[in-house]
Amino acid sequence: MTTARIDARFAALKAEGRAAFVAYVMAGDPDRETALKILKGLPAAGADLIELGFPFSDPMAEGPPIQRAAQRALAAGMTTRGTLDLVRAFRESDQATPIILMGYTNPLFVWGYEAFARDAAAAGVDGLIVVDTPPEEAAPLAAALDVNGLSLIRLATPTSDDRRLATIVRGTTGFVYYVAVTGVTGVKEAVADDVAPAVARVRKASGLPVAVGFGIRTPERAAAIARVADAAVVGSALVDEIVAAKVVNEDVTARVLSKVESLAKAVRSARLGRAV
Amino acid sequence: MNVPAKPNDYSAYPTPEGRFGDFGGRYVPETLMPLVLELDAAYAAAKADPSFQAELDGFLSHYVGRPSPLYFAERLTEYFGAAKIYLKREELNHTGSHKINNCMGQILLARRMGKTRIIAETGAGQHGVATATVCARFGLPCVVYMGAVDVERQKPNVFRMNLLGAEVVPVTSGSATLKDAMNEALRDWVTNVHDTYYLIGTAAGMHPYPMMVRDLQAVIGREVREQVMAAEGRLPDAIMACVGGGSNAIGVFHPFLNDEGVRLIGVEAAGDGLETGRHAAAINGGRPGVLHGNMTYLLQNDDGQITEAHSISAGLDYPGIGPEHSWLHDVGRAEYLSATDTESLDAFKLFAELEGILPAIESAHAIARLGEVARQVGKGGVLVLNLSGRGDKDVATVAAHLGRTI
Repeated sequence: MTTARIDARFAALKAEGRAAFVAYVMAGDPDRETALKILKGLPAAGADLIELGFPFSDPMAEGPPIQRAAQRALAAGMTTRGTLDLVRAFRESDQATPIILMGYTNPLFVWGYEAFARDAAAAGVDGLIVVDTPPEEAAPLAAALDVNGLSLIRLATPTSDDRRLATIVRGTTGFVYYVAVTGVTGVKEAVADDVAPAVARVRKASGLPVAVGFGIRTPERAAAIARVADAAVVGSALVDEIVAAKVVNEDVTARVLSKVESLAKAVRSARLGRAV
Repeated sequence: MNVPAKPNDYSAYPTPEGRFGDFGGRYVPETLMPLVLELDAAYAAAKADPSFQAELDGFLSHYVGRPSPLYFAERLTEYFGAAKIYLKREELNHTGSHKINNCMGQILLARRMGKTRIIAETGAGQHGVATATVCARFGLPCVVYMGAVDVERQKPNVFRMNLLGAEVVPVTSGSATLKDAMNEALRDWVTNVHDTYYLIGTAAGMHPYPMMVRDLQAVIGREVREQVMAAEGRLPDAIMACVGGGSNAIGVFHPFLNDEGVRLIGVEAAGDGLETGRHAAAINGGRPGVLHGNMTYLLQNDDGQITEAHSISAGLDYPGIGPEHSWLHDVGRAEYLSATDTESLDAFKLFAELEGILPAIESAHAIARLGEVARQVGKGGVLVLNLSGRGDKDVATVAAHLGRTI
């Protein structure tokens, strides 16, 4: 069962007494070859888990950085199938780092949930975050993923009260993703003081590790979040490095991985892992 | 998808989960889910409250100008020489289209819910103008998201919205048309969850919007029923309407769903032609998928990426359709035809010359199929066409296509 990779990674980090650094990159951004180089370089640069976006034409919860990343990836020919190919290529050299695919419902629906789940598991995917599939609509997708040992990672948000939280975490595995801000990715900033009590609530409701994302751009903020959560997720800030590198004609892979290193270092040195 | 069973009562849908067969649902980010559930409860309470309906009816009568006439189009009828043609004159409503029916209902609901800021998306600008209008009337700030392409081709409506005090935000992401405006409105909503009401303009999106917008537009069909009974002493043989998201069509269809003798005919925008791939006909040229909170027919590629819609009509230029239409198509209760840009322009001219009415280019799509349906229904039959909007806003577009400068 592939969920084992997520559980093993969080157990190892707990033993180390630190939070995870989760790097989000978009499959095929800026092109397939560069995206694969970035992907393969992430674990050595310090990513404990990887969220790999699969591009969608209409990403309604993304801010401009990830919207544009998806458009670049689609323009470069990336597809959902192509995303699984990237995972397969990554798994040739890394069997330990969990990979969570993150995206929207329609490409999975069109593929067919059962067929997709089987192919994703075979490629080496560990879990899915599907932004526009709330618990109310999750049953068919969750069932297909479950049969293939994949986690459907649930999202909790600042609008989730205790009753809602119970609905969100019912039957979930792997970890819970706490969306730190009301808003789209990469715009507002997450505030550690607001996040801490929410993380505690989600952890209590789910009994699972809690990763925090949306609104973490700098090593300082990543460290602050890593003191109160089980994982800090950075996406838009990494995606922005691709654009920045291109503007000054720098090596894209090196620039993204260097950003990952600084963020991962900050998370590691935050030194406070799971403060249960 | 399974072949759906024919229901006993078409009007009993959606289910409490917002499903019309397989279609509909609530595919929204978790941040919005509590709001969507709150809206569902608030709408159910309002619907059950006679004072809400009374307040709405008052505004519909005295502000919107309802009921709109059902007008016997004598010259069109003579021209085609077949069924008697009646026009439901929604273009005579305040702001010039059916859109105000929905906006008036939703603004009263937003006030009941204590919301202090209104956002909307618009394509042709008709819904934006209607939203800006009701916001001005009730003194609420209004932000309208509009694709940058549409801002360019509907400048008079942009100015109208500005005059009404609304802020119009041009959306440049994606294809810069209606679907992208809707994405941007959803992003605003997810960011401003506490005070903002999202006033969706068509019978699409996440539950309860398709049901709520349909209920608010069903006043059209209820009036048609009374008016055609008064004029002809019987129900019509067919009812026609243009379909983009499909709010005017579902509004006029819905009170007739259980009258299976009444043919219900929606007309989609075929753009340059269905065979060219450059069109906006979700049912005739798309397949089921998930976008903007609901499962419905969509224009998309094999990878599930939404493809760009193409139509001369900004109001029909959307790659999806309301979920109830998808279901009515699958169960065979309604028929969905299509009309190209050229056919609709011809219909626009014919209609203006014969009846002295400039139809909205959206409504002209239904007019383009009027002749053949009138002939199918035949002499002695009765046909109602929902004239959803007026065409003043389209004069520049029509002139450009005729190669004239004005």
